[in-house]
Amino acid sequence: MILTWLIAEIFAGGILAWIAGRWSRFWPRVISLVTLSVHMVILIVLWVRYFGPVGYVAKGPWVIEVSYSWIPQLGISYHLSMDGLSMLLIVLTNFLGIMAVACSWNAIQERVGFFHFNLLWIVASIMGVFLATDLFLFYFFWEMMLVPLYFLIGFWGYENRTYASIKFFIFTQAGGLLMLLAILGLYFVHGRATGVYTFDYNELLGTPMSESTARWLMLGFFAAFAVKLPVVPLHTWLPDAHTQAPTAGSVDLAGLVLKVGAYGMIRFLVPLFPEAALDFSDVAMGLAVAGILYGAVMAFAQTDIKRLVAYTSISHMGFVLLGIFAWNELALEGAVMIMLAHAITTGALFILVGDLNDRIHTRDMGRMGGLWQTAPRMGGVALFFAVASLGLPGLGNFVGEFLVVLGTYQANTTMAVVATLGLILSVVYSLWMIQVAFLGPNHVGWKLPDMNLREGAIMATMIAVVLWFGLYPQSILATARQSITNLQQIVATTRPEEKTQAPVDPLNVVLPEEWEAP
Amino acid sequence: MTRSGWIDVLPLILLAATPVAVMLAVAVRRSYVVSTAITFGGLVLAFVMLPVVTSQSDRQATPLFLVDNFALFYMGLLFAAALVLVILSYRYLKEHPGNLEEYWILLLLATLGSSVLVASVHFASFFLGLEILSISLYALIGYNRASAIGVEAAVKYLVLAAASTAFLLFGMALVYAEIGSMEFAQIASLRDALDDSQRVFFLSGLGLMGVGIGYKLAVVPFHMWAPDVYQGAPAPVTALIATISKGGVFAILLRFFTQIDFRADDSLFWIFSVIAIASMLAGNLLALLQNNVKRILAYSSIAHFGYLLVAFVAGGDLRVTAVTFYLIAYFVATAGAFGVITVLSGPERDADRIDDYRGLFWKRPWLAGIFAGMLLSLAGIPLTGGFIGKFYLVAAGAQSSLWALIIILVSGSVMSLFYYLRIIVAMYMRPVEEGEATPAPGFVPFSEGFVLLATGLLALWLGIYPAPLVHIIPKLVH
Repeated sequence: MILTWLIAEIFAGGILAWIAGRWSRFWPRVISLVTLSVHMVILIVLWVRYFGPVGYVAKGPWVIEVSYSWIPQLGISYHLSMDGLSMLLIVLTNFLGIMAVACSWNAIQERVGFFHFNLLWIVASIMGVFLATDLFLFYFFWEMMLVPLYFLIGFWGYENRTYASIKFFIFTQAGGLLMLLAILGLYFVHGRATGVYTFDYNELLGTPMSESTARWLMLGFFAAFAVKLPVVPLHTWLPDAHTQAPTAGSVDLAGLVLKVGAYGMIRFLVPLFPEAALDFSDVAMGLAVAGILYGAVMAFAQTDIKRLVAYTSISHMGFVLLGIFAWNELALEGAVMIMLAHAITTGALFILVGDLNDRIHTRDMGRMGGLWQTAPRMGGVALFFAVASLGLPGLGNFVGEFLVVLGTYQANTTMAVVATLGLILSVVYSLWMIQVAFLGPNHVGWKLPDMNLREGAIMATMIAVVLWFGLYPQSILATARQSITNLQQIVATTRPEEKTQAPVDPLNVVLPEEWEAP
Repeated sequence: MTRSGWIDVLPLILLAATPVAVMLAVAVRRSYVVSTAITFGGLVLAFVMLPVVTSQSDRQATPLFLVDNFALFYMGLLFAAALVLVILSYRYLKEHPGNLEEYWILLLLATLGSSVLVASVHFASFFLGLEILSISLYALIGYNRASAIGVEAAVKYLVLAAASTAFLLFGMALVYAEIGSMEFAQIASLRDALDDSQRVFFLSGLGLMGVGIGYKLAVVPFHMWAPDVYQGAPAPVTALIATISKGGVFAILLRFFTQIDFRADDSLFWIFSVIAIASMLAGNLLALLQNNVKRILAYSSIAHFGYLLVAFVAGGDLRVTAVTFYLIAYFVATAGAFGVITVLSGPERDADRIDDYRGLFWKRPWLAGIFAGMLLSLAGIPLTGGFIGKFYLVAAGAQSSLWALIIILVSGSVMSLFYYLRIIVAMYMRPVEEGEATPAPGFVPFSEGFVLLATGLLALWLGIYPAPLVHIIPKLVH
């Protein structure tokens, strides 16, 4: 029941904010902030209760579940379930929601009510995606987030917003519809094999099907998730959408929408089609590595600072894809860690770029330079997130990327080695960005107000979170561990020929045989 | 005919009596308000009679009509649409020069024709219903005689509809020649006894009937009239063509071809599949090229009937639910969309240019919101009835493994997003200059606002909680 409340509260808050927007610009902001903050408190209480040090021991794979019949004629139910993985992602969603409201406090002056309505509905639908364990419901929430996002980009975006918003909508919709076909295919395959027609995730796991059916259905799911993640040939919507979206929209896109794709692969794609995913893993890992390198190279080639940050997302999400298809404990934990850390660092960079854009009204790096002198606090924060993004040890992203590379190394050594090049390239573009924008001569002669209290508070919070992820990742990994183990078991039982790997001590890496000198 | 036989056809009789009443009232004194009231009252009365008739068991009212739940359900849908159209037409028409009362007579007759269609189980009533519908449409399309494109549209419709009727009659004659009966049930039971040479004529007859029906539904390749007629006809009449006319014809298509089990013949299955594919592709592709909102909706409606045909050719138990649910969602969305167009249209011209919608979100947020919702429902986005409808269509197709058809359906709906979004984008752009407004007055009368809001809420309800409707459809339709 609490899960329904969690989502309904935000939907209701959105409607309330819209209504309040008729009379005031101030109240929608307050309503959104209060809604999300109250929600955050509830979530943290739940987190501590279920995953805290004095842990509650779950009896099944899910800690909280709610299920009602919705369209019984088709076996569709309103079924929400939460485990550690969902918990982490919901907390993240909520946190970034608060940041999005905070960072657009002054930037949005038009149709404030409707803006916050869209913002809250995006947050609520994404939470729905993270909680849904009925495939129809999952698809419902999946599609539902599109319209408010489309409005967010289309109404409040920058100069080329119409093109970007339509492109975003059509790409994701096309992917989504392919997933719908795959969902229905799975539904009928399962129904014919077992006589039970249902969209329930737990029931559909382990559906017997032929190899080619599994491959096609898996590709349907992959299409949808790959568009969102994004995987390289399907990424072209991302730089446009991220660049043209208002700051809050970019934060949501980078922090949440991309994670939805990764979550879908972890929760649905691999467990539902374990063997097909295993056969596909070389291709997927190849795409992942291509994405890592392509994103990094493209980022370096940008002159628009927001576009640069957007391309870094493609590169970072490549690591997530790599980790998912390596599918061992280390790699999965790493993937989850990158999802969280990337959301925070990239979100922070987008907010920073947004703040900068509010001051100098350009995103062109050619017109920046020497901003550190005039806005030192901003420069410092930018440097912090740039090095966080490039994977400096001690910060969250490092933990994730390290674990992914380590895990991938066990699964596919070549891929791991090539992916490591991406780490080097990320140093290049991150530092280059700092160099061009903040250091060097201030040739335009900018005189900027430095960060104000609100901006500083946002950044301080996000810095604290990145430090926490980097210095005490165990608290995060412990929450996710049980769900990762469960998912691995699901896959292991249907991949009988593959021996279940014993957990490997991270510090005792086993070298491949050919490395042993004769 | 027995007493209960009269009760069975009571809704049809009431509906037939209403135009007569309007005519008599006009003969006494021309009054727009009075004739509107009679029209509205007659429709409400006919609508209210439906539950009374439902309580009776299905029976053959005459050899011509079978008043079963299927017929009553579709009549309910048609009457509801007609009621919405009456409310929407009222203000729109008031500024029209010339006589107004005949409009109601024609509207009632068109509804009557369509309702006759959904109840008919005999070629005679089929033909009668179709002709009543078509003839009232000729006059309705050209109702504004001052408008050149209106008259052009009417003539175009007249010529093509007459041609399509000829096809239909020829087809009926061929079927009758081989079977010797005009009753659907007889045709269904005797068709298996045909030998091969008779079969050729029988199937050709069905094919020709398909052509006639195809014209009315404006599916490719019989769609040429649709964009011009949609554009030329007054906005409420366009809505009437899109809902009442096409809905009734689709119902008879469903009843007749299901009863004779067209899937038993590969040729018919392929013909309908090819029509479905062509309609989905051509409708969506051509809609991309349009700049006129009514023409966009015309092409999109071609595509929608292509989608419906996908579920139509599918076998399986989901089929009827899918088709019916989709048709309801389509009715709601189409009525709502044309409702907004009607509200924004004035006496000089209809609000059918995309530029008319520029900045509507900022000027009239409620209207724009409802219009956007209806377009999203037509596009099949969640929270709207169109989403569940499309889901059902795809499910019905997947159940019969018609993968090629549903992949085209899916690509079609991706394409369709582009033109629906174009209208939505125009609505939230800043208006170029103030004063260049839509041709409509700046207020929305209560009744129209109420109807639009109701369609909006209905679309939402269908999208969020479709279970009750999905629950009753199979019972109603079998």
